[in-house]
Order: sequence, then C-alpha cells, then structure tokens
Amino acid sequence: MSIEIKNIRKNFGSFSALNDVSLDVPSGELVALLGPSGCGKTTLLRIIAGLETPDSGSIHFHGADATAQKVREREVGFVFQHYALFRHMTVFENVAFGLRVRPKETRPTDAEIKRRVHELLELVQLDWLADRYPPQLSGGQRQRIALARALAVEPKVLLLDEPFGALDAKVRKELRRWLRRLHDELHITSIFVTHDQEEALEVSDRVVVINKGQVEQIGSPQEVYDNPVSPFVYQFLGNVNQFHSQIHQGEANIGGVGLKINAHHDTKHSAGLAYVRPHDIEIHKVRNGEAPAFEAVIHYIHAIGPLVRLELQRADQEDLIEAELTQERFRELGLIQGQNVFVYPRNVRVFLNA
Amino acid sequence: MHKKYSKNAKQNILPGFNLSLGFTIFYLSLIVLIPLSAAFIKTTELSFSEFWAVVSAPRVVASYQLTFGASLIGALINAVFGLLTAWVLVRYTFPGKKIIDALVDLPFALPTAVAGIALTAVYAGNGWIGQWLEPLGIKVAFTPIGVIVALTFIGLPFVVRTVQPVLEDLEAETEEAAASLGANRWQTFTKIIFPAIWPALLTGFALAFARAIGEYGSVIFIAGNVPFVSEITPLIIITKLEQYEYASATAVAVVMLVISFLLLFAINGLQWWVNRRATALT
Amino acid sequence: MSISTTLPASQYSNYQNKVARSRATSEPVWVRWTLIAIVLLFLTLFLIVPLAAVFTEALRKGFDTYITALTDPDALSSIKLTLIAAAIAVPLNLVFGVAAAWAIAKFEFRGKSILITLIDLPFAVSPVIAGLIYVLIFGLQGWFGSTLLDHDIKVIFAIPGIVLATIFVTFPFVARELIPLMQAQGKEEEEAGLVLGASGWQILWRITLPNVKWGLLYGVILTNARAMGEFGAVSVVSGHIRGLTNTLPLHVEILYNEYNYAAAFAVASLLAILALVTLVLKSFVEWKVARDAQINEKS
Repeated sequence: MSIEIKNIRKNFGSFSALNDVSLDVPSGELVALLGPSGCGKTTLLRIIAGLETPDSGSIHFHGADATAQKVREREVGFVFQHYALFRHMTVFENVAFGLRVRPKETRPTDAEIKRRVHELLELVQLDWLADRYPPQLSGGQRQRIALARALAVEPKVLLLDEPFGALDAKVRKELRRWLRRLHDELHITSIFVTHDQEEALEVSDRVVVINKGQVEQIGSPQEVYDNPVSPFVYQFLGNVNQFHSQIHQGEANIGGVGLKINAHHDTKHSAGLAYVRPHDIEIHKVRNGEAPAFEAVIHYIHAIGPLVRLELQRADQEDLIEAELTQERFRELGLIQGQNVFVYPRNVRVFLNA
Repeated sequence: MHKKYSKNAKQNILPGFNLSLGFTIFYLSLIVLIPLSAAFIKTTELSFSEFWAVVSAPRVVASYQLTFGASLIGALINAVFGLLTAWVLVRYTFPGKKIIDALVDLPFALPTAVAGIALTAVYAGNGWIGQWLEPLGIKVAFTPIGVIVALTFIGLPFVVRTVQPVLEDLEAETEEAAASLGANRWQTFTKIIFPAIWPALLTGFALAFARAIGEYGSVIFIAGNVPFVSEITPLIIITKLEQYEYASATAVAVVMLVISFLLLFAINGLQWWVNRRATALT
Repeated sequence: MSISTTLPASQYSNYQNKVARSRATSEPVWVRWTLIAIVLLFLTLFLIVPLAAVFTEALRKGFDTYITALTDPDALSSIKLTLIAAAIAVPLNLVFGVAAAWAIAKFEFRGKSILITLIDLPFAVSPVIAGLIYVLIFGLQGWFGSTLLDHDIKVIFAIPGIVLATIFVTFPFVARELIPLMQAQGKEEEEAGLVLGASGWQILWRITLPNVKWGLLYGVILTNARAMGEFGAVSVVSGHIRGLTNTLPLHVEILYNEYNYAAAFAVASLLAILALVTLVLKSFVEWKVARDAQINEKS
C-alpha cells in the first residue's frame, strides 16, 4: 500500500516539530526517515500511525484520505522504540493480543490464533520463547517479538521507531540485515526512523533526510550519499571536510588554491562552503604537476583497520583536513607523522552562502 | 525526543479522557468539594464579629495552642527519630529489621481509637511505661504530654517514609568521593548526605504536623480533655456539635480547614520541589 | 500528600546501593549499634509496647471473656456495620482511583496539579470536620434536612452517613497509589494496544490494570484498613446508637467509656489484627514490586 503525506505541519507549543512535510512512499518500499534527534522524524512516524494528530496537512493510504481515521482503523503495524511489549503477558500472548481484541465477528478461533502466532514466531525465529515473559528476553529478542506482534494483525504498513536504537552494536548489525531480508520476503510498505546514517544507507530502498522539521532530501542511499543537496545532508551523511571559499566562474578559491568545481560557472566573487569527503583527498609526497594542491603537515595517523585516517594540518591556516587512504596506498607512500605532503582534493562540492 | 514534547501536546490519542476526567471531577465534587463548601457557607450565618467571638474565645484559643504546640513537638520528635529510623533501616543490618520496617506503618494502619486506648493503657500511672515515669514526677496520660505522645505516634510513619527512599537513592559514590577527598564521616553526613535529604525531611515533618493537627481518635482517650489544659481543637468542634451549636462548631472548623489547606499547598509545593531536585540531580 | 501511603518506585530501584557499603562510607561499629539501639528503643516505646498492650489487655480477664466480648450481639452488629461501610466505600473509591489515575497519568491538561492537590484534600482535613460537613448537609438543620425528613430518609445518625464519612476519609488512597505508578509506566504499552486494534476498555482491562495490579491491591488494602478503622468522622455522624449505628471503633469507645476495658481491648484486638494483616500484605506487595523491578532491571 502506498502512502502519501501532504503538507504536514505539527507544532508542540511554540516548537515547530514538522514544517510543511510532504512525502510519497510507493507500495512495498522500505524507507528510512533519517535525521538528528529532535528533527521531527518520530513525530512524522507517529502521525502516519495516527498516534499523533497533525495541525494541518493530510495522510493518504493508497489514495484514500486517512487523516481523520483512528489508529485502530488504519491497519498499521507499529514497532515502538522501546518495544512497548506487554510486561505481564507471555511472548505468545503479546503476539496474539491484536487478534484477541478483535470484535467477536472477526476474531479468529483459538486454534487459528495459535497457528498464526506460532507461524509468526517462527518467522522471527523465536518460537522457542513463546512462554517467556518480556523481561526475560534480550534486547534483540524483544525487538523481534515486537515486530512479530505488529505483523500479527496483517498490517498494510509497517512503521518502526528507531528499531535498533536500544541495541548494542553487534546485535544491531545482525538485526539490520535480518530486517532487510524480512522485508524482501514480505514486501510490506515499511517506514523506519533512525538517527544512524549507516543504518539508513544500508537497510533502506530510499532515505528521507529530515532536519528541523523539514525534508532536506529524498533519494536512494547512493543518491543522497553521492549527491547531497545541502550542507546539512553532506555533514550528516558521513565524514566530510568543510572549507570556506570564494567562488568565481566555476572555480573555488580556498586559501589561495583554486579548485575546479564543474558548477557555478556564472557565479562571480561569492562566498561559499566547499565540501570534500575524506576518501576524495589524494596525498602526494611531491608536487604533482600543475594541479592545484594544499601544502600540509601530517598531524596524526590512525592506522587501525582497512583504512588509514590522516589528520593533516594545512600550511596556511589552523584547520585540519581529514583524509582516508587504503593501507596499500599508505604503505606505498611511506608516510610518517610530521611529514610535509601535498593534498589534492577531488569531487569538490560547493554550496553558496545564502 | 518525542516524550519531551508530548508534555505540551493537547491531543492525546488514548481514549477515555473525557469519561475518566468527567467522573473524577463529578465524584470529587460530590464527595469532597460540595460538602466542604457547606462548611464555608454555614459560617456566613454568623456576622464577622460573632465569628470572631467564637474562634477567639479563650477556651478555643487554648485548644489551638495545645493542638498546634503538641503537633509541632510531635512532628519535631518524629523528624529526629524518623530520620534516625530511616537511616538505620537503610544503612544497617540487624536482626528483625524487616519486621521493624513493616511495623513503621502501624500508626497508619491501626485504627486511631485502638491507638488511643492502647497508648492510654501503656502511659497511665499504672501502665507498663507510666508506672516507671510516675515516680519521676512525669505524668503522661491525661496531660498535654499525653497529647504529644499520641500525636508522635500517629505522625511516626511520615518522616521515615519520605526520607527512606531518598536515602536509598543516594549514590554511595558521592560519599566515597567525599571520603577520598579527606572528609570524615561526620563531615560527609553534614555536607553531603544531609543537604540531599533535608527537603524530604522537611516534607515528612510537614506531613506529620498536618496529620497531627486534625487528629482526634488517638488523642481523646489519652488527653483527659480538661478545658484550657488538655482539650484539642477537634474536640471543641465535637463538643459544640453535641450542644447543637452548628454555626460556631463550623466556625472553628473553618479556621482549621484554612490552616490545613495552607499546609497542604505548602506540602505539595515542597514535594514538587523535592521531585524537581531529584530529577535535576539524576 | 500521602507519601507514606505509596510504594515509591525509587524505593526499589537502588537496592544494590544498600548492600555492600565500603568501609569508607560506613560508621564505626559502636556508632552503628548505638543508633540501632536508640531507634529500637524509640519504636519499642511508641509502637511495640502499645501494640502488645492491646492483646495483653484483651486477654487479661481470660479467653472466655475475650470470646464473650466478641460474640456480644452489639459487637456482632458493629462488625456487620463496619463490613457494610467498607464494602461500599472501597469499591467506589477504587473506581474513582482508577478513573482519576487514568486521566492524570495518561493525559496532559490544564489544572492537573490543582486536581491532584484536591484529591489529597480529604487527607488533610480533620476527620471530625469530615463528619461535620455531612451533618451540615444532611443533618436535621442541614441543607436537605427537612427534605429528607419529609421522605423519612435518615442519613445522619444512620448507615448512609457512616458510609459517606467513610468514603470521604478513604477518598485519596487508591488514586494516590495508582497515579505515580501509572505515570512511571508511560503510555507506550497503551499506544501499542491501540495500534493493535484494542478498544479503550480492552486497553484498561488487559494492559493498564494488570500492569499496576500490585499497587492497586495495596491501595485497596489500605483503603479497606482505613475504612474499617475510621473513628473521628464516623463518630460525628453515627449518633452512637448501640446495635444500630455503631461501627467497631465506636463500639471500642463505648465499652472503654463504660470502664469495660477487657471487652474494649478485645474488640480493639480485632482491629489491631486487621492492621497487622494490612502490614503483612503491604510487605508482600512491596516484595512483589521489588522482585518485578529486579527482573525488569536484570534484562
């Protein structure tokens, strides 16, 4: 089922949580709402679920206006950040809850409920925990039970609020992949909220970057990572070096070094910010022909892991530049701390100051 | 993130707000507010000078002095021993501690009339404790001291139960830090522990005081009820009622009500402050 | 303001704190035992001796006198009246407590803190005044006095007055017990129930109430103890008609004032047993809550 969100606004007192947010989620997609905490992403998710009422704007499920629909009528599955499992019920009863509270006419028989619950528990691979109580489960297990419970009512849409937020790093990674696989299996339209860019980029079909109650960018993980449309998205998705620069006819002048930027050809003498990802920083020990470069000193070397991270101090000012090289390239160059090198930025992206 | 803002959220998706709040207010009005307002309306039958004559009659004033004085002393005794009790229950282990801990609530669970006759029996001149005090020239039962004993008894749980949780939540680490910085145990108590628990202590004291002011059942048996000497204000109200002096009984009641209300607001303010401190500290 | 009546959640959260204090943060042995001795002496003088006195005095004239006092027709009728008053007051205040806690703990609205203070009011009001206000309304010279007289309905000096006074003095206990518990539990489980299609009543019965069952139980126990033991308020409205409008505590008073001490203490011992049972149940509930909290914490 597709979801269209149109011009949603929501204020809490004088705080504007959502400011004119519009978004289309095609049927069957797995979408990540990504943003820093306090950006309004959870509020948006709760508005889609009907747990919160927007001040204005509308929500459409499969083309039909659902704004006025009550939570119970929306047929959404919601996985709460802290799972909100019913403490006093067994895992089985938790999952069965949605079926048991149906009106008599539509309530499945006990045998049918039993069958369905076990089916779901098998789906989340926790059938053996059916008689346990939530406090007896690990975080990852609770998360999967919460998911099974949400799926039990056969929702048209699955909404997950920071689904991996409360888990430790290892379980988090496992569950991430598991959720992706589950989604590929069930193909239920799903939206999840996260503040973790790695999570959003790895799991989702599409990422919606939200900041201060507004959508900054919507696109595939590749798109938003490679072509951020704003300084915010640039900085939020991965590490990036930021340079103050003067833009003039397709060239960014950063501390006397002129870099071609393949954009802003008609701009003249404007201030702007230039962004370069650390892995787009090339290092040479000697000047490499005519290409523009910064002179810098190697300030610090972190050589743990597959990539080597360098902190470079520019010769002309105090700012540090971060660079990432492969171990191979690092060894090839034979760099040491305190060494003078030349820094060649590639793929420079510039945003003019507003 | 959401929780922070939901405080301001007027709309809440959970059902039953109108029903539950409606019933709450209806029942509250029916049982508490309307009947209490009757007391205030009844007093308007008296002119102000009549009202003043009733509430400032010497016998009534003497009862205020006894009620408030004895309540204050009882609450002070409870502040000291309640703090000690809470401390001992939280920090030390000794045989029978669980039972002692449970017994602290006895004054709350024991009907006041039972407490009254029991205390009288114990503290009368021939009672278990009274017989030892009498040779020392201390008469407890049927004197103002008896009133203090009864009011101490009924206020006993309050200080203990307000201070206890705060003491339990105190982190051992801060005390260890104090010790590592060279403070001795007494300095640690006065400079680290006491500042953390005194708002709770004050709340407990105020609760014990407020409870004592209105107390009737446990006092009348042990007090002797001699006008000007050992007659508490609630008894004055009853005496006036029995003489069908409804308006003047109500006048005295209104004075007590106003004082109780003020105390209640003060206590709620205190507790709000304590909670805010507690959340600010964690 | 009834802090002492509630089971503070914090009381159970830091149990580890209590055990195993390092040497640096404990007192010398002699200080410890001196403090313990002082506390035990204080509690003995004020709690244990009076409690023991009730039972000793009750049995002073032998077990037969004790039984006779309890099976006296007036005693039996006072037991019956006490049970009736509690049987009406407790359920009503229970329903009120749940409704008030639901509104206060799960919703935000203007004037909430005033409402909470007003719920505490009966606790701050002298029981004597609690009785007085009903006399002012339903008594012969009260607001409805003549109307009631015309219809031959007796409230004051009759059972309805006793029930009303009992409801008043036990008014806040269930609500005060539930409000902090339900606030601490938040709204997520209820919202989860809602998303899964449960109705309001289903959420209340299947999610909210089971979650606060121990607190609820304790609230009811406490309400019951106070309802059965109320003296001052009931004394004002009862009229002390033997065999008719005497509750247990009032019966104790009458016997005591007639210098029938053995009988007075015999009846009083019944109430003291009720209080002790209440304390045992309270400890049990606290133990349950602490255990649940521990299980929740471990995971």
